[in-house]
Amino acid sequence: MIRFAATRLLSLALSLLMASIVVFAVVEVIPGDPASYMLGLNATPEAVEALRNELGLNGSLWARYIGWVSGMLVGDFGQSYTYRVPVSDLIAQRIWVSLPLAMIALLMSTLIAFPVGLIAAARRGKFSDYSIMGLTQLGIAVPNFWFAMLLVLVFAINLHWFGAGGFPGWENGILAGLKALTLPAIALALPQASILARVMRSSLLETLTQDYIRSARAKGLTRAQALRRHALRNAMIPVLTIIGLQFSFLLAGAIIIENVFYLPGLGQLIYKGITQRDLVVVESVVMLLVFAVILVTFLVDLAYAAVDPRLRKR
Amino acid sequence: MRLPIQLIIGALLTSFFVIAVLVSFVWTPHDVTVLTIADKLQPPSAKYWLGTDHFGRDMFSMLMVGARTSIAVAIVAVGIGMGIGVPLGLMAAANKGSLLDEVIMRGNDLIFAFPSLVIAILITAVFGPSAVNAILAIGIFNIPVFARVSRGAALSIWTLDYILAARTFGKGRVRISAEHILPNIANLLIVQGTIQFSLGILAEAGLSYVGLGAQPPTPSWGRMLADAQTMIYTKPMLAILPGMAIVLMVLGLNLMGDGLRDLLDPRIRRER
Amino acid sequence: MISLRKLNLSIHRLPILKDVSFDIAQGQIFGLVGESGSGKSMTALALMQLLPQGFSASGQVMVDGTDVLALSEAQMCALRGNEIGMIFQEPMTALNPVQTIGDQVAETLLIHGKANKAEAAKIARRMLNRVGLPEDKFPASRYPHELSGGQRQRVCIAMAIALRPKLLIADEPTTALDVTTQAQILELLQELVAEEDMSLLLITHDLAVVAGMADYVAVMRKGEIVEQGQTEHLFKTMSHPYTRQLFEASSHQPDHGAKTQDTPILEVINATREYAAPRTKLFHRPPPFRAVDNVSFTLKRGESLGLVGESGCGKSTLTRAILGLDALQGGEIRLSGEPVLAGQHMPTHLRQKVQVVFQDPYGSFNPRHKVLRLVMEPFHLTAPPDNAREHVAEALETVGMPADAMDRYIHEFSGGQRQRIAIARALVLHPDLIVLDEAVSALDVSIRAQILDLLADLQKRLGLSYLFISHDLTVVQAITDRVLVMQRGKIVETGPTEQVFTSPAHPYTKQLLDAAPQIPADWQAR
Repeated sequence: MIRFAATRLLSLALSLLMASIVVFAVVEVIPGDPASYMLGLNATPEAVEALRNELGLNGSLWARYIGWVSGMLVGDFGQSYTYRVPVSDLIAQRIWVSLPLAMIALLMSTLIAFPVGLIAAARRGKFSDYSIMGLTQLGIAVPNFWFAMLLVLVFAINLHWFGAGGFPGWENGILAGLKALTLPAIALALPQASILARVMRSSLLETLTQDYIRSARAKGLTRAQALRRHALRNAMIPVLTIIGLQFSFLLAGAIIIENVFYLPGLGQLIYKGITQRDLVVVESVVMLLVFAVILVTFLVDLAYAAVDPRLRKR
Repeated sequence: MRLPIQLIIGALLTSFFVIAVLVSFVWTPHDVTVLTIADKLQPPSAKYWLGTDHFGRDMFSMLMVGARTSIAVAIVAVGIGMGIGVPLGLMAAANKGSLLDEVIMRGNDLIFAFPSLVIAILITAVFGPSAVNAILAIGIFNIPVFARVSRGAALSIWTLDYILAARTFGKGRVRISAEHILPNIANLLIVQGTIQFSLGILAEAGLSYVGLGAQPPTPSWGRMLADAQTMIYTKPMLAILPGMAIVLMVLGLNLMGDGLRDLLDPRIRRER
Repeated sequence: MISLRKLNLSIHRLPILKDVSFDIAQGQIFGLVGESGSGKSMTALALMQLLPQGFSASGQVMVDGTDVLALSEAQMCALRGNEIGMIFQEPMTALNPVQTIGDQVAETLLIHGKANKAEAAKIARRMLNRVGLPEDKFPASRYPHELSGGQRQRVCIAMAIALRPKLLIADEPTTALDVTTQAQILELLQELVAEEDMSLLLITHDLAVVAGMADYVAVMRKGEIVEQGQTEHLFKTMSHPYTRQLFEASSHQPDHGAKTQDTPILEVINATREYAAPRTKLFHRPPPFRAVDNVSFTLKRGESLGLVGESGCGKSTLTRAILGLDALQGGEIRLSGEPVLAGQHMPTHLRQKVQVVFQDPYGSFNPRHKVLRLVMEPFHLTAPPDNAREHVAEALETVGMPADAMDRYIHEFSGGQRQRIAIARALVLHPDLIVLDEAVSALDVSIRAQILDLLADLQKRLGLSYLFISHDLTVVQAITDRVLVMQRGKIVETGPTEQVFTSPAHPYTKQLLDAAPQIPADWQAR
């Protein structure tokens, strides 16, 4: 198990290294001179030179890359050109909106999908199965940001149960914060829950055709017992894969959803970064998102090993 | 053979949109490039079937032309994903365990670490926003999807005896991949293609909505939603209509994909 | 104790069983024999009420005085595992891969509320000991993937008998196992029946297995029992023609006296092939595993040479090297005096001289091509001839298939027909040597006899040489002139088939022959 974790950790580090090279290449190499790109066409040569010095662009590519990566390792993402504050400060403020939002949505999606998928599989071919499958088919087809707009229309504008957007900040009480994140989280979670419930159902049904289910039934287990005691754990492997993939969708989706609800999260930061050509902000936030995805992939790998003893030996 | 009901409904929905797109090239009820401010925010009427937007453009025509962007972006993105991903997957499977396989699969993992939105952000940050960037972002994200699916399916076919037999007839990896592997994984690729197509439509809408995709004045469902958002208090229909269009299109494609899988997958067919 | 009366069964209105009646007495071993599709497994599943959806059954299936057809699902659950236990053909997939073997055995006790957790674990341990998995080597915390096929089948048996059921159903329990493992499992079952005073319903396609095990035998064909009776009596009389046909097919001896010439066609000289063994410790690389270890033999023109061995003995690796698919690491293989090389390095004129027929009649053909294209495929080695259709027609007719078969897809043919088409494909280039890799192992005995006849006939007519690879001793005995016995990568014995089978020299050969089930010679009714 320790060996398995160690090899996965190594591959995590390698993926991060590769990802950082890609991000660095796209943001700092392809535009040619990032400083004149950031300042636009009307910049004076003096201003460009000043920014070049500020960004440390006069060193070699190699030195710049090393400087960027080693800075990130200690939490120093550099100085934002537009905000004139360290990017790490900007991220620190905003991550406490985006991260809780993605986590709540993931939790919601999982909590909805598991029982729903299980019921559909257990009642295969019956009315409840067909209705669940129909609803999830619809859930998958709905774009989450449009669903968010509908939620605002119904629950904020018509019913006044929630505010239509904005975030009070955690310092004004956890409940107020959670309330502001409820609609965005539902908007994110329901389409993902639909996908997860379908995967859960088909994985369970696939598992139920396996020989060991027949063995279990021959021992005297009822259909429901065989499902619970034998199929469930074996069906988890594809479900875990999807949960891992969904995290990256949720994180990316959160960036879009923040737009609908005017939440001051990473999404807002990155759009400002793009429109104001603040490459330092863009590359930092992108790297952070990629790091989150790679980390989740690593955790999912560990979860596989916890579920399946065959993987632990490797 | 009886066709699955999902396939029929899905194909009908999909062809409805495809026909709308084809018709839009020769005829739309109104010209979407002409702004008639005097007629802005009209309710549905005989002249404007679904009403008008804040620039007085006909919603029905906008939806027809918007479908073009959606479908074009999704088709090209699936094309990029299949065109690059499938050969990569076949190559990896044909050289299983080799350095090439390892490089291809690690490369895949690397792309998987960049959700399509993040790719779009990176591209847009450097090249500025455009529909082409949206295509590239979604297309790049599709590559590892198709590479994985085709590698996995190809590997299970490589273990079959007819592949061994083909090798004893002196056929090489490329020839076997083209002649024996590809035709036998085509079903799976078609099904995956419809899934990626519908995901592409969703992704394009999302990117256009946040301003990273199609730029005005090109009509696009995502942009229409972004424009409607500020007026959602007064004119909710402007937000509801493009959303419905997206839902129906994606639903149609997904149903078609499910139906095709039922039709083409012999395993499921046997089960019935 | 068990009594079936006029059991009729249909699934989705397709009739499966017709008027099946038999009785199994306490402590009796009842053999149910038949070819694939005869309905023997369905009979067992009817007893367990584990039938596929959409079935309808009539008649009586009495277990200890109650008709299970009339029982509710809840009552059936109480009965399964408690009164009747069952084991299946595929031990590799019959156990839950994510649960320990101890837990899976204990579950039988827990589910029926016959013990608390601690007691169940204790009894499970005792059961594992009983089926030959002692605690020091096989702790209850082992997972299925850490065990071999035979060991997994033992776990399945422990699971099935944990509550000492009155009847154990064994559905082809040894078909997926090697012959020596088969003998051990059959012996274990026999012991258990005697000790526990349990009845055993043994379902198999193999007449020899029931001859050695069963007290009473029923022969099934197309959903009907054609004949049943006390074992020895049934074998000696064989009153039904189907029984006789089955018997003759299973011990069929094709007339294969072809002339062996002195020129060698295939020479294997000190062939060696190693695989890297998986690492067990981080900084310690274990010595590589020798799949083929210094193997040498010669196959003469016109000869039929058998290669027998159990799974994992290296015969597949050797076959792939002979076919020029994988490279050797040491030694040499020569075909008509020219060296065999792997992959694209092997010249096409040499590849034309050797063709192959595989085991699985379903996996041997690309399902998307018509037979014409399938049989033509070897022409990749030459230029495709102008009259390809005539060549294909000729090859098909040689193997007894109509020429118009070439315009159909492969799924339109039965397993035996597909194997004929596979042979036609191997013949189309007129090779010198055909490698038959378990080529008849997946076929029912009657089809197998026909294919063996065809092979013997082709050899005589075309002067072919065969390398016949199989785990099945009776088949090798029937068709080969000379035989090689392979164990752990080495050839341990070689000699004329007759001699090796009657007076084996190597202990492993003896062990193999002893393990193979036999119908006693004096039972053979003529």
